[in-house]
Amino acid sequence: MNNKSVYITQTNCITPLGFDVNSNWDALQQGKSGIKLHKNVGNLEQFYASIISTTELNEVFDKTVFPFSVSDKKFTKLEKMLLLALLPLVEKHQISNRTAFVFSTTKGNISSLELESNPVKEAQLAFLAKKISSLFGFTTEPIVLSNACVSGVLAIAVAKRMIQVGVYDDAFILAGDEVSEFVLSGFNSFQAMSEMPCKPYDSDRNGVTLGEATAAVYLTSDNNKVESNAIKICGDGAINDANHISGPSRTGEGLYKSIESAIREANITVKEIDYISAHGTATLYNDEMEAIAFNRLHLQNVPVNSLKGFYGHTLGASGLLETVIAIESAKRNHLIMSKGFQHDGTSQSIAVIKENKPAEINYFLKTASGFGGCNTAVIFKKLN
Amino acid sequence: MKSQFTITNSCKIESNIIFFNEEKIFETEGDSFAEFAKSVYKKFGINYPKFFKMDNLSKLAFLASEVLLSEQIIAEAENNVALVFANRSSSLDTDVKFQQSIDDKENYYPSPAVFVYTLPNICVGEISIKHQLKSENAFFVFEENNEVFLTQYATSLLQNKKATKVLCGWVEYFDESYLAKLFIVE
Repeated sequence: MNNKSVYITQTNCITPLGFDVNSNWDALQQGKSGIKLHKNVGNLEQFYASIISTTELNEVFDKTVFPFSVSDKKFTKLEKMLLLALLPLVEKHQISNRTAFVFSTTKGNISSLELESNPVKEAQLAFLAKKISSLFGFTTEPIVLSNACVSGVLAIAVAKRMIQVGVYDDAFILAGDEVSEFVLSGFNSFQAMSEMPCKPYDSDRNGVTLGEATAAVYLTSDNNKVESNAIKICGDGAINDANHISGPSRTGEGLYKSIESAIREANITVKEIDYISAHGTATLYNDEMEAIAFNRLHLQNVPVNSLKGFYGHTLGASGLLETVIAIESAKRNHLIMSKGFQHDGTSQSIAVIKENKPAEINYFLKTASGFGGCNTAVIFKKLN
Repeated sequence: MKSQFTITNSCKIESNIIFFNEEKIFETEGDSFAEFAKSVYKKFGINYPKFFKMDNLSKLAFLASEVLLSEQIIAEAENNVALVFANRSSSLDTDVKFQQSIDDKENYYPSPAVFVYTLPNICVGEISIKHQLKSENAFFVFEENNEVFLTQYATSLLQNKKATKVLCGWVEYFDESYLAKLFIVE
């Protein structure tokens, strides 16, 4: 069957390194990280995390003109981050009754549970999605994807699949998660938190650093809207390990099969892939699993990075945020170093990027893996 | 949207009753969900000790899937059955319990065994493990059961040969209020 092509034509992100793609790119060029030492949340005396300054966020939010009144409404920190991420895309593209709104998050407004007097409804993900989508005037039912740490990448696959099956013409994808006591205490109970800023793939890595961010992309199947340098979504796969609910498969089976499925659909060979934006949480098991899966697919010599050393693990936002940065790498033909990496730390070696450098990027692969044994891989191509 | 695919089997669990293709196949009266789940486990002769570690959402999804998958899965074969679930409350039933474990600074006891279930897609992982389904999966959240969307997504997986069958539907659990309504599209 001959599927229509689906493209990403616009991106945006809100992170501690900047409130648009260009400022993020500049910060990454300078090697800046959003990860800093923070103190006294729950029973954690101190911890590293990549957190957006609330003061700065409020300043920017209050200055921003939205196509709806915001002064008469109350917004959580996450909601402000989400509204700011989506705004420039909605300003540029018309919303129709065949436009999808896909929202990726793991925990949404989970912090609202901290106040027992808050109705549980405020922590419901679909309630949050409706709040955002109705403000911007979306008429279709929001599609909320909550599939652990692969949500942000899977959202791209889902939107592309739904456009190809003919249900929608275009889609806005929005992703976001914040650092909360809920998530910090949970990761800490797993003893999965790094005592230093995380070091993906490094021999000294010892766990995750959490982060918060929002990201947004616009997808269309309308060839008239596609300019040179647009990004085509060529293939995808999201296959479960069927192995363990809180640890990755030792053979990387689900990730292997996800990439294989994406490559088959893209109808390319592994040799054509110029760059991999991987998951790299900096836990011992995750990074080892990825190295094994990449080697099984003969991708071990393809330049690979994890952006977690810059942004921490932003959960449901991570896959989309990292795709936004990977798209920027492709458009500018410039690879970003995998911050925190110094010495090979996986049993099978992979080509971790040690310094920022120019490189021709046409096809690139984005992967993610998460709790529940889930994995996702998407192959993108830059149009010339 | 035209579709060459059909729904072949369905299972609904609500108010302590199980329906298979709209026929009532099991019922208990007055039990809590935990007691009901245990009776179903015994009645169907399931032998899977991990079941007792699961949270309520996973137990519900697991039991409904057992009803539908027991005849579908061929041991040793590659069963490319995708799992596509949705609900309203995500994992909030367990989220609230986890939040209670960190509400009191003097009595702070966050547990990894609870935290892992604060993601709705864990139930998908549980079913994948039980039936060794190395297959496509996704977990969606909607305000109301959106069978139209789930069927469309299932169709896209089947059309693109990402799966040969799709087990999909609604698995909602919050505070003893629950509904599982799953069906197989092929």
